[in-house]
Amino acid sequence: MLRPKTPEEVQEAVLAHPRLRVRGGGSKPALSGPEEGEALLDLSELKGVVEYDPEELVLVARAGTRVAEVEALLKAHGQHLPFHPPLSAPGATLGGTVAAGLSGPLAQRFGGVRDFLLGVRFVDGQGRLLKGGGKVVKNAAGFPFHRLMVGALGAFGVLVELAFKVFPAPPATRTLRVAFPSLEEALSALERLLLAPLDLMALDLLPPNALEVRIGGFPEALGPRLEKLKRLLGRDGEVLEEDEAHWEGVRNLAFLEGPLLLKVPSRLDLIPLLEGLPLGRRRYLLGGNVLYAEGDGEALKALRARGLAHLVLKGAEDPLFPRPQNPFFQKVKAALDPLGRFPLR
Amino acid sequence: MEILRELKALFGPRLLTKEAELAPYESDALTAYRERPLAVVLPERKEEVVEAVRICRRHGVPFVARGSGTSLSGGSLPVRGGVVIALNRLNRILKLDPKARLAVVEPGVVNLEVSRRAAPFGLYYAPDPSSQPVSTIGGNVAFNSGGAHCLRYGMTANHVLGLEVVTPEGEVVRLGGEGLEGVGPDLHGFFVGTEGLLGIALEITLRLLPRPEAYHTLLAAYPSLEAAGEAVARVLRSGLLPGAIEIMDRLAIEAAEAAVRAGYPKAEALLIVELEGEREEVAEGARRLAEVIAESGAEEVRIARDEAERQAIWKGRKAAFSAVGRLSPDYIVQDGVVPRTRLAEALREIGRLSEAYGLRVANVFHAGDGNLHPLVLYDGKRPGELERAEALAGEILRLCLRLGGSITGEHGVGMEKRAYLAEMFSPLEIAAMEEVKAGLDPLGLANRGKVFPPKEEAHA
Repeated sequence: MLRPKTPEEVQEAVLAHPRLRVRGGGSKPALSGPEEGEALLDLSELKGVVEYDPEELVLVARAGTRVAEVEALLKAHGQHLPFHPPLSAPGATLGGTVAAGLSGPLAQRFGGVRDFLLGVRFVDGQGRLLKGGGKVVKNAAGFPFHRLMVGALGAFGVLVELAFKVFPAPPATRTLRVAFPSLEEALSALERLLLAPLDLMALDLLPPNALEVRIGGFPEALGPRLEKLKRLLGRDGEVLEEDEAHWEGVRNLAFLEGPLLLKVPSRLDLIPLLEGLPLGRRRYLLGGNVLYAEGDGEALKALRARGLAHLVLKGAEDPLFPRPQNPFFQKVKAALDPLGRFPLR
Repeated sequence: MEILRELKALFGPRLLTKEAELAPYESDALTAYRERPLAVVLPERKEEVVEAVRICRRHGVPFVARGSGTSLSGGSLPVRGGVVIALNRLNRILKLDPKARLAVVEPGVVNLEVSRRAAPFGLYYAPDPSSQPVSTIGGNVAFNSGGAHCLRYGMTANHVLGLEVVTPEGEVVRLGGEGLEGVGPDLHGFFVGTEGLLGIALEITLRLLPRPEAYHTLLAAYPSLEAAGEAVARVLRSGLLPGAIEIMDRLAIEAAEAAVRAGYPKAEALLIVELEGEREEVAEGARRLAEVIAESGAEEVRIARDEAERQAIWKGRKAAFSAVGRLSPDYIVQDGVVPRTRLAEALREIGRLSEAYGLRVANVFHAGDGNLHPLVLYDGKRPGELERAEALAGEILRLCLRLGGSITGEHGVGMEKRAYLAEMFSPLEIAAMEEVKAGLDPLGLANRGKVFPPKEEAHA
């Protein structure tokens, strides 16, 4: 196993091996387990925060840096990563989060990982150390290679350094949990919330019939905002005042234990269909825009039979469905990884 | 010419080839550059765009897609002997789904039109470049347009969920989808900001946001530009996350006054801070903002009491760019970015450069995003002034890079900043970009000559 400590060592490793698979913290084993003939490039030693000035609202760190470490640093300055990287406790790294393209429940408020990544340095398939984007929140110079890396499973290169926009964390939070008589009623309440002028930190659907809504902000304003929410939902529900631990559990996907751990892009109108599939425990995040579920071979078969895109984080050989095949992907891939060293070859 | 015959067969009277017809297309909002195209075509359906691209490819003729021509970097400048594919007639909003909070639009749809159509549902389209009453979504996508709200909401790339694109080789591909979350590489995110070099967007799926329940808009006057810059740092240090933070200097204020009578106070610098969100949250934020501003040395503070007063504050800011034209026969707009914490330093240095070059520089900028828009004023009729202005503008770009920023925040590289790309990216990085371009466009037809530093001027 290769365990580079510097970008230069990553370059050497890439040039020395015809086929590679990158692992960060190993929290998404379906994505970081080497296939036959692949050398494992373990980035857990390529770590550390490179730049962080709280006033700048930007953080730059090496790809193998653990999300948990970064979040502890940010928290000490009243800030956070608003896209809420999943699987922090099991060891997710910044690079792995970007490569897998994952965002947690709090992404409801300001957007997901693609919205907070400002720039990257990466080693492409020719061993070149390249930069995409920058370290400022606004940037329109050059091809945005950083955005190409989001969700690419390492297909275009090995991430070595990432720059993120960070935000002040809300000083106080509350969570409202409301159950409805049926899925239909829960969905119609969800729709109402999506169209209301509300700033929701998280908006989750817990099948079969409950919603969890988190709000955050100045403590003085939370009471009236909560009342407004209840009026809109026509129900009182249950209020969690100490809700931090609860959402930690959600973003760590601790409620999922099945043999397979799945991410399934979703939509409000797809939910009734998804609810008919043989999936295990599950939760829809981001106002119904994404489903995290446990499942087994049957679940996988059902999703594939219906042509529903998904990513397996744990428990399958072939994690991405469908595999990108259009000529746009193929040509970008051929330019950056002409020898097919990286996944999705 | 054979290509003209084929285009004529397809477009009939919507093929323009006469001098008088071509003249309006010779340049975009960067009027210092002019180029005569071979022809302009006016497609009305996406299939015609695809066909036009395929015809160009068969004949090896370069093409440039163009919307309203508001590019400030010369991004939609025609290529000599090439075809301009003008997309203004592809201006339909194909779908507006309030429940899914998305709109599917054609590339010629005007930015502001999306928000106008979404308004009855309480939704809006967030990216708001100053050109938004005229600029098109297709152009916004090509250049990753920004606006005043990028710190909080990001740029165009963050609001594009999916694209249908015709590649330079004439293949039609779908990138991304309709949801906030996908799986697989973010190809649609990558396409945004590639300045038309990798193809033409035929359909664009946009994320819509719920319109904030309340705004709180504050205008503060400062005795110096640096004091206003320092106030920005104070606001951000306080933990507030405003929707927009803007600064204008004395020249820009005077210009805005002359143009739209915004009723601004007379000052060396004005700061606009706008909070937005739920009513109760904004009210609490406003209290805190008042404390921060009270300690910041402001000479005068005004709060918009209603929507009309809010619009009045913004009107001056949005007009400032074009208004500066009243102060000077010619000007160059720059678009550099610096880390927010280096703003005061950057402004000091720009002031020094302005003196050294003997040219006035007006500053209007998105302070929350660190995005400067220095307007270098000059008189093109005076010998040597244009060259001096260009040299000064170049110094400002280098200053932005030295401070850890970017040569362009939202206007793109286009023609104007090609030479500076190499100061921001290494030769290997530019080579990688060129290889991606060559992979998708082996003949180099799509928006030829833009973005990349010119090699030897072989065509001269």
